[in-house]
Amino acid sequence: MTKEFLTGNEAAIRGARMAGAQMMTGYPITPTTEMIEHWASEAAKNPQLKFLQTEDEMAAGFAMIGAVLAGLKCFTATAGPGNVLMQDAFSMAENMRLPTVAFINQRGGPSTGTVIYSQQELNLTCFGGNGEGLRIIYSCSNVQEMYTYALKSFNTAWRYRFPTFVLSDGYLAKTLTEIEIFSPAERQMEVIQPSPYFLKKDKPPEAYEHLRNTYNLETELHEVLLSHSQALTGAAPEIIEYEDLHTLDAEIVILAHGIVAASAKQAVEILRNENKKIGLFRPITLNPFPKDNCLATVQNKKMILVVESSLGQFERLVKNYLYGSSVPIQTLKKPAMGITPDEIAEKVNTILKELK
Amino acid sequence: MNEPAFPKVWRKESKPHKFCPGCGQALALKILGFALDELEIQNRTVYGCDIGCSLLTWNMFDFDTVQTHHGRVLPTMVGFKIANPKAIAIAFMGDGGGYAIGSQHLINACMRDDKVTAILINNANYAMTGGQMAPTTLASQKTTTTPTGRDFQIFGNPLHGPEMLANISSEGAYIARAISSNYQDTLSKIKKSLQNQIDGRGFSFLEILTMCPVNWHTDAQESLDFSEKEMTKIFPIGEFKCPSKLS
Repeated sequence: MTKEFLTGNEAAIRGARMAGAQMMTGYPITPTTEMIEHWASEAAKNPQLKFLQTEDEMAAGFAMIGAVLAGLKCFTATAGPGNVLMQDAFSMAENMRLPTVAFINQRGGPSTGTVIYSQQELNLTCFGGNGEGLRIIYSCSNVQEMYTYALKSFNTAWRYRFPTFVLSDGYLAKTLTEIEIFSPAERQMEVIQPSPYFLKKDKPPEAYEHLRNTYNLETELHEVLLSHSQALTGAAPEIIEYEDLHTLDAEIVILAHGIVAASAKQAVEILRNENKKIGLFRPITLNPFPKDNCLATVQNKKMILVVESSLGQFERLVKNYLYGSSVPIQTLKKPAMGITPDEIAEKVNTILKELK
Repeated sequence: MNEPAFPKVWRKESKPHKFCPGCGQALALKILGFALDELEIQNRTVYGCDIGCSLLTWNMFDFDTVQTHHGRVLPTMVGFKIANPKAIAIAFMGDGGGYAIGSQHLINACMRDDKVTAILINNANYAMTGGQMAPTTLASQKTTTTPTGRDFQIFGNPLHGPEMLANISSEGAYIARAISSNYQDTLSKIKKSLQNQIDGRGFSFLEILTMCPVNWHTDAQESLDFSEKEMTKIFPIGEFKCPSKLS
């Protein structure tokens, strides 16, 4: 293990390298461009690493699919409007359960929005495309996690064969800080090896693969979708990750994800120092969502506070999974804006006054 | 009576194929099969098809095949080829996939000189969706979206794909146009478009003119006449770029 000063964008590429990623495709877009630049510079030094700067995000997504079919750990990175265009390819990967990996740095939206920061690509990343959201999404809270989940995402994708996403944002992407660079062996992590879908070496001579994402009959597609859905539901207990801070005796539980959860964590520390019973529940996997853990955590609490840098994308997710819970919910929503610990603490203090 | 001749790579379980009676695309695909047989590259080939009638080929052959999205077969096969340079990657598409919704990919693959083979079927209309205007629809040709005939002042003139690509292609590229009713010429050009990739020389692109009797509302003779006499006037058969080692 070594410690290095890296930006989030650099950390993610280091994580991909440590995971054994062999190829990247991409199209420059702020605030993600540096990921493409870092990989291109690594690939320029190492002929084992492949790189394609494509004509657009659709080509980046589909070229990634082509490389995955050839059996390479291949990934892409994008943001905002690029994430919109790439849904074309992600939806094919979802239909066919292809182990694509994508790093998404959220920026303001809709449309061109800002190039800076937001949490408005939750819907798009978790449920984009004309499908059911059979995808795996990790939401990063800090630069260290951009390394850790970049590393982990390739294992997840190739083990479970679902498109896998590392969701971050423009603030984290550009933050320069000290992180730990560790190898899978140091953390007793197995490294899943990729295998080709086509031109397999040890296949019977007359066996050929015919892959498709179109079906002639409603019943055919229905059965495929049920089978994929069951596979993801079955794997969910192994995939699900969350963080739980001071929730046991808490009266109010904050629900937040990504960098906003990092801010909420500091707010909880501030409030705990004032002897206020506040906790934080942070889903790390937004999809599959740690539903049962979240329900158990908020049970019998006085209030849930949902905090997010969007106008309710996370709130809708939470309400969906907490259906049936009678705990009241308040929200602090600042679309396209960062949220400081002080703002969260102030909101909590207001709620505490109301509860008295 | 002799058995009809089919390519060895023709996947019998998926026959009869699902193309309409009289479709020229099925003929082009059969010739593609014979080209694969002659070049003996069945076990090195990866084939991708686009959306539209081309998707009907997703399980047509005995080699590895994948059906992709509309316009996106070319980047998919380019990604495959970069990942596995020993593979022979074929991207099969229609005129909508190559010249409209995926035209940026065609131009950029040609500009990058990606070492893949792109085969594009030009039947002068969008056939799978029932005969709408395509970039290749002839001036004055009636389609369901140009009911009084394609007005070039509104919709422009038909796109000349090979001629355009020849202008931006590299020295090692092979760029040609054939017509499916001419078996020998089409076979020769498909083989060249594959040999160019086998040799690692450059981007290869072949447009094949075909008949679409169902959407043209033409009988057998009229279909042949329209493709061989009318279409070839606008879309001349030929090689627009051919490395000297191939000719």
